[in-house]
Parts: sequence; C-alpha cells; structure tokens
Amino acid sequence: MTASPPAPDRAETAEARAEERYYFASQTTLMWWRFRRHRLAILSAPVLLLLYLIAAFCEFVAPYGPQEEFKDLLQAPPSRIRLRDAEGRWVRPFVYAREGALNRETFRREFTETEDAAYPLFLLPRGSAYELWGLLPLQRHLFGTGPGNPPVFLFGSDRFGQDVFSRVIYGARISLTIGLLGVFLSFVLGMAIGGLSGYVGGITDEIIQRTIDLLISIPSYPLWMLLAASFPQDWDSIKTYFAITLVLSIVGWAGLARVVRSKLLALREEDFAVAALVAGASQWRIVSRHLLPLFLSYIVVSGTLAVPSMILAETALSFIGLGLQPPAVSWGVLLQDAQQIVSVAHHPWLLFPCVFVILTVLMFNFMGDGLRDAADPYAQ
Amino acid sequence: MPNSPAAPLLAIQNLQVQFFLQEGVVRAVEDVNLILQAGRTLGVIGESGCGKSVTAQSILRIVPSPPGRIVNGRILLGQRKRAADAQSPLDLAGVDPTGAEIRAVRGHEIAMIFQEPMTSFGPMHTVGNQIEETILLHQPDATRAQARARTVHLLGQMGIPRPETIANAYPHQMSGGMRQRAMIALAMSCAPSLLIADEPTTALDVTVQAQILELLTQAQTESGMAMLFITHDLGVIAEVADEVAVMYLGRVVEQAPAAALFAQPAHPYTRALLRSIPRIDAAESRRLESIKGSVPDPFRVPPGCAFADRCADFMPGTCDRAMPAMTAIAADHQVRCFLYDATAARPAEARLA
Repeated sequence: MTASPPAPDRAETAEARAEERYYFASQTTLMWWRFRRHRLAILSAPVLLLLYLIAAFCEFVAPYGPQEEFKDLLQAPPSRIRLRDAEGRWVRPFVYAREGALNRETFRREFTETEDAAYPLFLLPRGSAYELWGLLPLQRHLFGTGPGNPPVFLFGSDRFGQDVFSRVIYGARISLTIGLLGVFLSFVLGMAIGGLSGYVGGITDEIIQRTIDLLISIPSYPLWMLLAASFPQDWDSIKTYFAITLVLSIVGWAGLARVVRSKLLALREEDFAVAALVAGASQWRIVSRHLLPLFLSYIVVSGTLAVPSMILAETALSFIGLGLQPPAVSWGVLLQDAQQIVSVAHHPWLLFPCVFVILTVLMFNFMGDGLRDAADPYAQ
Repeated sequence: MPNSPAAPLLAIQNLQVQFFLQEGVVRAVEDVNLILQAGRTLGVIGESGCGKSVTAQSILRIVPSPPGRIVNGRILLGQRKRAADAQSPLDLAGVDPTGAEIRAVRGHEIAMIFQEPMTSFGPMHTVGNQIEETILLHQPDATRAQARARTVHLLGQMGIPRPETIANAYPHQMSGGMRQRAMIALAMSCAPSLLIADEPTTALDVTVQAQILELLTQAQTESGMAMLFITHDLGVIAEVADEVAVMYLGRVVEQAPAAALFAQPAHPYTRALLRSIPRIDAAESRRLESIKGSVPDPFRVPPGCAFADRCADFMPGTCDRAMPAMTAIAADHQVRCFLYDATAARPAEARLA
C-alpha cells in the first residue's frame, strides 16, 4: 500500500496536468492550439503577412518604377544573377550588362551578356525617386544595381522594357487590397441586410430574400462584366478601383446575408434572446451584442475564404479588359500582356504574375481552413 | 405612489389571444380576467397548452407575432414607477411591441424568469456583464462601477457564494441552480414591481427547487413586488401563491384564494387535478387517479364547456350546449361550471355536497 511505484505515479500526474491544462484553457488558447495543429495554416500566415508588407511598401521593394522603361531591353528574359566571377571565385551577386539584337532568321530579339564588366547587386541603392504613401520623398530601394548601371530584371521585362518584377510588386497593392476591401464591404452589407432579414422577419424578410434569389440566379461573370462595362471610360484608376470593389461586393454579400439570416432565425428563438427582450433590450442591441458575436468566428472564416475568390474575380475582370486599365497596375492588368499564345510561348516570364495569384489564393485557402478548425476548438 | 389604495398593480380584462396558423385559428387565450394586487402572488396553473404561458407573454408583449395576436382585451399596468406615469394605468395590450414604451416596462417594471436556466443567459458574456447591462439599460445615470457593485450585491443576496468571482463567470461554468439564482438576480436588478415566473423550478431537481422557491418568496417579502407564478405543479402553487387561477384550454375555470381552492375545490377539473397528486399517506394498494381522456384538439374545440367530455359530472344537454359563465360561489371564489349556475338545469344536486 505504502510503497507504490513512483514511475506510473509521475506519468499519471503529468497526464492529469495535461488534461487539467486542456480543461482550464481559455477559449482563445484552445483556438490557438487548434490553429497551430494546422501546419499549412501556420505556414500561410507569415507568407500572407509578407505579401501584405510587400504591398504596403511596394515603392521601396520594387527596384524600378512601374512605368520606368528600358528602351534597350524590350522583352528581355530574367537576368542571370551570378555568384561566381569569371575566375570562379565566390563574390557578391552580380549581373552582366546585356545587349539585344534582332535575329534575322527568327525575327526575335536575342540578348547576349557582355562580360567585360560585372555590376554587383547592392542593398538599399539609390534609384528613381518616389514618395512612400505619397508622403515620404525617398530614393533608396530594397535592392538594385545602382543608378546608371544596367538593370536587374528578376522576372524579365515586358514589351515596353518595364521590369516585370517591379510591376508585380506594384500590382500586389491593388490585387491584395481589392480582395480585402471587397470582402469587407460585402460583409458589412451581408451582415446588415441578413441581420435585418433574419431578425425583423415578415415582409422585410420576404423582399430581401427574393432580391437575393434574383441576384444569385444571375451568372456572376456576366453581371460583373455588365456592371464593369457601365463605368465611364474616362474614370481615373482610383475611381475604377473603388467601383470594381463595389461591383465585386454587390454580388458577394448575398450568400453571407443568407447565412446570417438563417443563423439569426435559429438564435432569436433561443431563451437568452427572449430573456434579453424581456429585460428591455432593443432588437438592435440583441442582434449586435448577443447574437452576432455568437457566429462571428464563422463570419471571419468565411471572410478569409472569400478573399481569394475576390482576388481571382478582379484578376479575371482586369484580364478580359473590363476591370482596371493600364496605366493602373494589378496582377490582372499584367496578365493582359500574356493573353496571346505567341507572347506566352516566346516570353513565358510574363506569366509570373500568375504565380503570385496562385500563391496568394492558396495561402488564403490554407489560412481559412486553419481558422475554420480553430473556430470550433471542440470539434474533433 | 398609487392614486388609490384599491387600484390593482395589474388588471387583465377580457384578454383574447389567437394564433393564426395554416391549419386554422388557435384560441390560445379566451376571455381571461385576472387582477393582481401589489405585493401579492397570483398562481396560474394548468396543463401544457392551456394558455398560461401565452397570458404571461401577452403582458410583456412577447407573444410570437406572426402568428400570435392579441385580438381583444386590455392589460392595465397601474402604479407606474415614474411619478409622471402614475396618473393613468398603461394598457400594455395597446402599445407597440417593439417600441420604447414597452422596452421601458420590460425588465424595469415587469421582469420575467424562465423555465430553462441553462439557456437563459447568452453564452458570449459573463453573467455579471449581463446583469450590469440590464441595470445600465434602465438606469442610464448609473456608472459602470455602481452597476457592478449592485450586481455583486444582488448575486450575494441570491445566496451565491463568492459573488465577486461568479460575476466574472460564464454561464457554462455554473450549475442549473446557480444560473436560476443569477437569473433571479437579473430579474431583481431593477427592483420590478411585478415578477413573472414562468415555471421557474420545472427544470431543477427537487432540492434545488425548494431553495429557489424560498429565495423567490424571500426576495418578494424584501422588495414588496408582486408575482405572477405560472406552473403545472400544484405543490409549488400551494407553497407560494396567495390566489390561484386554474386554466383549461385558454380559459380560467376557477379562481380563488389558495387556501380556499385547496380546501374546497369547486370545478370538476380542479378536483380531478387535486386527486391526481400522488399522496404519501395514501393506502399502498390505491392506484393513482388520472383524468380520463385528453385535451381537445385546439383547432376543433367542441361547443359547450371545453372540459365536458372528460368531466365526471357531465350533464348531457347542458354542458355540451354552451360555455358556462364565471359564477361566484363565495366572495372571492369564482368558478366556470354549470354545477354552480343557478340558471342552468341541474339534475345532480347531490353532487355538490
């Protein structure tokens, strides 16, 4: 009795402690543990953060301006970044200058590197002047070859000799924010209208539901095209940007409004909703303070999952020429250059914006998946 | 202060509530008259579907609408809290069910507690927060700290140990009895003049039930509020009520002071109800009595007395013809039955004895 073996005892207490830790963990802690278990979600969070940081500081990250043209280097392939010099020694990464010449047989421009001078890559070199967020006049860029030296094109250049990498970075600003803004707008609309429909009920509900029926029965791409085509051609890119966001969210809110409505319909019958009513709370207070927070996690999750479809929609609209127009730069606009099979065959680097679209969409989906798991930490 | 001492706190007059459903119209409450004096307890008893809960919901205007609607009648709330309102009673049946007027009454002058303490608190906020919210809602001048102090005080009064800690607890961390105590604390938070208790002990086990009943009567004596107590448990009614109204299929069939009702039940339905309570002193061999038949289909109520086809004293030709009127058999004892109606044919005189 007295001499019980110590080993299983200790194991037992460790187990008990782990169990205790689980049962006493707060909701937030449980959510975090659950989210942590989703490896891809954990991976996606920093990637997305990085992408948004790049978008926020695009003038600095991009070595060149979005409209900066290099007339000698039209449709040049990506620069070869070399780590060893002619003698095979490890040196600071550098590029050679390139010269383009028309191949008389194929009628394509071909580029040859002139190896007489190496142009090393610098961190924070001076480059073209810009104003960060329209406020801070700066000249330094994240990297580059320095002023006056032959440029470095990570992703090659387009038919105007513009750096594709720089343009992808600039495009991130529009493409990444349009998804967030569009989702935000459609969620505000969806929650307000769905909330109204679900809590007020009656004839209001009927009208809203039939409108949604009508709205979601229209194929979304033609509807977007119709709306996008109705913008005046002379609008500047800022106006078009907000108009596109609005168009995307006008279609996007309907699904969410449905969900909010059905959740509210179920929840408003709950005893605590009646109790709040009986305590003298107004309908607005009951919905906003007691009912909506109950499925906020659900809303956050579907919001995260809705961002990629918004990004894809913007890309698609701009790609077919109904969204943003050059000189505005978004990933969809950049992909317009890749519309012809010839240009894709000869200048495959023009598809680099696609890589970013795919990366972003994937990351958002992983993240949404992780959040969905985390939102209900008790689900097995 | 009341303008005359006789003015009742709450007077329900000819209340008629109907539900307009696809299958037809359900007359949930028919011609109900109830009077509740300040500080008294009125027990309303009846089986499921008799209209007792709908009557209570009508007072606070939370009858689900559509399909429910107050078709007729008045619900007069006298003795208002604010001196400016004290002059004339407010007809609750006539106010906008979503308006500011009824919201000022709810929780402030009339509070309500429910059957299910497990679900009566929202899961998102702490219990303390929800009580504070009610206080701040009706007393906009109060500060958060004052509301907090009152919440902790109330929780302590309701016999909750460590009220400061429990105020920070979420509903799921509390037991059913604790939650019902907290619910009563919430109901008492604005010192209402009337508390509607809709089967507040039904979901609790018997020992907790007794504690909660004691707590309610204690809270009542301390605050002087009136109570409308709805239940189907005759034992509970006997313990708390001053007066009792027995309801059957939407109508009050008997109304009397509690003592009189239990001593001399007049309506055959009341008598049958009392007989169907298991008794600890009964002979072992006796079978528990039950009322034969079942409640009529609410969509097809037969003509005449609704209880007629289940009644032991059924009088053919009388009971199945018309609805009996409320008849006074004592000063404060009324019953809706032809047995006591002098104008009705009365073949079975002897049964009254």
